[in-house]
Amino acid sequence: MLDAAFFRRWMTVTAASVDREAERLTALDSPIGDADHGSNLQRGFRAVTAALEKEPPGTPGGVLTLAGRQLISTVGGASGPLYGTLLRRTGKALGDAGEVSAEQLAEALRAGVDAVMTLGGAAPGDKTMIDALVPAVDALGNSFTAARTAAEEGAVATTPLQARKGRASYLGERSIGHQDPGATSAALLIAGLVEAAGE
Amino acid sequence: MKMLINVPESVVADALRGMAAAHPELTVDVENRVIVRRDAPVAGQVGLVSGGGSGHEPLHGGFVGPGMLSAACPGEVFTSPVPDQMLRAAAAVDSGAGVLFIVKNYTGDVLNFDMAAELAEDEGIQVAKVLVNDDVAVTDSLYTAGRRGTGATLFVEKIAGAAAAEGMPLERVEAIARQVNESSRSFGIALSACSTPAKGSPTFDLPPGELELGIGIHGEPGRERRAMMTSGEIAEAAVEAVVEDLQPRNPVLVLVNGMGATPLLELYGFNAEVHRVLAQRGVAVARVLVGNYVTSLDMAGASLTLCQVDEELLRLYDAPVSTPGLRWGM
Repeated sequence: MLDAAFFRRWMTVTAASVDREAERLTALDSPIGDADHGSNLQRGFRAVTAALEKEPPGTPGGVLTLAGRQLISTVGGASGPLYGTLLRRTGKALGDAGEVSAEQLAEALRAGVDAVMTLGGAAPGDKTMIDALVPAVDALGNSFTAARTAAEEGAVATTPLQARKGRASYLGERSIGHQDPGATSAALLIAGLVEAAGE
Repeated sequence: MKMLINVPESVVADALRGMAAAHPELTVDVENRVIVRRDAPVAGQVGLVSGGGSGHEPLHGGFVGPGMLSAACPGEVFTSPVPDQMLRAAAAVDSGAGVLFIVKNYTGDVLNFDMAAELAEDEGIQVAKVLVNDDVAVTDSLYTAGRRGTGATLFVEKIAGAAAAEGMPLERVEAIARQVNESSRSFGIALSACSTPAKGSPTFDLPPGELELGIGIHGEPGRERRAMMTSGEIAEAAVEAVVEDLQPRNPVLVLVNGMGATPLLELYGFNAEVHRVLAQRGVAVARVLVGNYVTSLDMAGASLTLCQVDEELLRLYDAPVSTPGLRWGM
């Protein structure tokens, strides 16, 4: 079973990997976006870490809804509402339980991903974070490691796609050949599950 | 890359502190990043709130003041502000007559303003929204995020601001803002990419001797790259793109807008070419603005915006305005 401490670790290790990868994310965002994805997410996850230290919630759902609220309040751009909604809705779906199973997490995360698709209007294949998140949620029933692999493969698979959502879509065909920064950061979030579980 | 900054993390806060020092007629909340006209809320008047990424100065903070915006929310460089800022701004300017959000069509701005509108309505503030999407370089279709919002933002903010100043109700101010947007089209050209403070180098590679047609205002490349053209050739391309789409029957407002690093000498020369081509096409010009209004950091280049106006829109455009970036008649 997964307790609040696991979810706090998940957020903390994700914040650390976003810190490490910030420059790479910004570099990916430079040819097709506006060169700020790394620095924006870094600012957001630093706020998440600070908020979790200040008032650590006692439930998995509480951890994720607090993290989501912090991201909405600090990231800006499209990433703030999208990542914020992902974590907030996942947290809400987990409810007040003190511990949750991996299956419950998978189910809640699917609700979170659905909410992101509704908010942003993106579907798989549009070259967005959804291309990493959907395969990850599908694989989460097997193991965290399988979800990580699926997310990473999903992110890489965005390279040949033409963007149909977000700022990259304004480039039309010129968005082809670049890995999507949002899918890349989403893969970092999923990879954080493996690290938090110590697998 | 040399920039007149301390560290990239503090560029927006530093700029706001400087703005506060330069403009005592505005209330600049540096910590929460909201710029409000000093006398807000103005009784009986609809509040106008806009905002977006920083790096487009004087848009939007420079357009706060009597006759234009009531408040502006600057985000990080090229990044939408967050809903908390918009909610603060709405609360500061709402006199009970409601608030109009003026939103440029970029996914981040749209999502954050949508979330803010929900929060504001929870607090009993009546909110209407108008989406600015004037950029003809981006084709509108089922599969894209739609047209970008660029230069027409200035016309929407100015004309809707005058409507609000006259005491028109929220539905009317909103309808006028929509009419201005629907009557406006823009097209941008980059001679160089811009550099964001966070990245410190050009956001895309534009070799010497080439230009980008159809650029936006966020350092993203355009739709097409060509060998360098003369000012006259660029004016022909820009006017053609805008006029083909707008098909103006009324006189137009003309905005020849610098992207940040192009001197007025070049912008005025470009304006001359724009007027030559408009005259050839039989398009009557009502008013002209030439200068840096909706910029993209240190990008060299220009954008052209045309807005066709009827008598009411022209009267509202001519109405007095007093802001750091636009001032006439008072």
